[in-house]
Amino acid sequence: MNRFRQTKPQALSASEGPDVMDTPCDLPILRRALNGAATTVAAMTPGLTGAERAPAVSATNGSGPSTMVRVSLQVNGALRRLELDTRTTLLDALREHLHLTGSKKGCDHGQCGACTVMVGGRRIYACLTLAVMHEGDAITTIEGLGQPGNLHPMQAAFVKHDGYQCGYCTPGQICASVAMLEEIKAGVPSHVTADLMAMPEITADEFRERMSGNICRCGAYSNILDAITEVAGK
Amino acid sequence: MRPFTYERAGSPAEAAAAAAQQSEAKFIAGGTNLLDLMKLQIETPTQLIDVNDLGLNGIEPMPEGGLRIGALVRNTALAADERVRRDYGVLSRALLAGGSGQLRNKATTAGNLLQRTRCPYFYDTAQPCNKRQPGSGCSAIGGVTR
Repeated sequence: MNRFRQTKPQALSASEGPDVMDTPCDLPILRRALNGAATTVAAMTPGLTGAERAPAVSATNGSGPSTMVRVSLQVNGALRRLELDTRTTLLDALREHLHLTGSKKGCDHGQCGACTVMVGGRRIYACLTLAVMHEGDAITTIEGLGQPGNLHPMQAAFVKHDGYQCGYCTPGQICASVAMLEEIKAGVPSHVTADLMAMPEITADEFRERMSGNICRCGAYSNILDAITEVAGK
Repeated sequence: MRPFTYERAGSPAEAAAAAAQQSEAKFIAGGTNLLDLMKLQIETPTQLIDVNDLGLNGIEPMPEGGLRIGALVRNTALAADERVRRDYGVLSRALLAGGSGQLRNKATTAGNLLQRTRCPYFYDTAQPCNKRQPGSGCSAIGGVTR
């Protein structure tokens, strides 16, 4: 027998505290309880089973050291304060706590690139780093890069060249592309750079190699390449 | 991931002292290997000691020749360093042959040396593995790759 229970976010304290508490989502979450097992209703940490949830330790009570931490992030130019389980990845903090769902969770193991964001201008996998490790860091997500009506040139080029099919990898592809062109400008070589002492060339081979950390299951690579080539030529 | 406490060390001495207090503590720098393994519950530290603030991110020439590379120098920075590109091209090439741009922006020099094995049996917690659980046996002997 399957039972479904809705869980609701924890009540927020009205006193001074982080902008967003450890409530993953505004929306009710469906939780499947199998075989009539006792169902506990609590705010859930996304992606974790009940058994894996952190013990109910807050910053102020409990005998052991806390697994809840306060973190301040500069996200797309705005200071965001959060109270998070230490296990929260930067990706989950962005998506589930700040509701910036542009960055996508694909593999969650740093292999597909869908979660690519820029931290201090450098592209990284948001799924493979902890939010707590980025105290004070300036993070740019696809939402900060440009908005409808005010697209970043790379976003506009992806639209123009149809650089996607389903679109799931697109935010990661675009963030990775923008930071990748900066890496070339900074003289960072790649695996296909023939002369390590020369400035890297702006070629299709270089783009393909440098974008190899972003996978597109639809296979829109040729159009992605066209979009990047256009922006790089400007 | 199993629950863990988090501490940010400000100096090597502080990091060492924190690690001495908890046998189940792990240092974290780039985290590209450790967090992957923690998600799979192959690594289950009870405390993470963030060592990114230790100031070990310089690359210095040595008086007797050679370079001294900081433990926290990122792969991208090391591969792009002019002295490395000029005098140690193989090192630059080796770094650029590994991982993706995003991983190289995070991964550190010391972290590279501390990577755990990539053996599929190490990653499969349903299989015995001496590296994961000493004494449990080695599934690679007679495994699918043999």
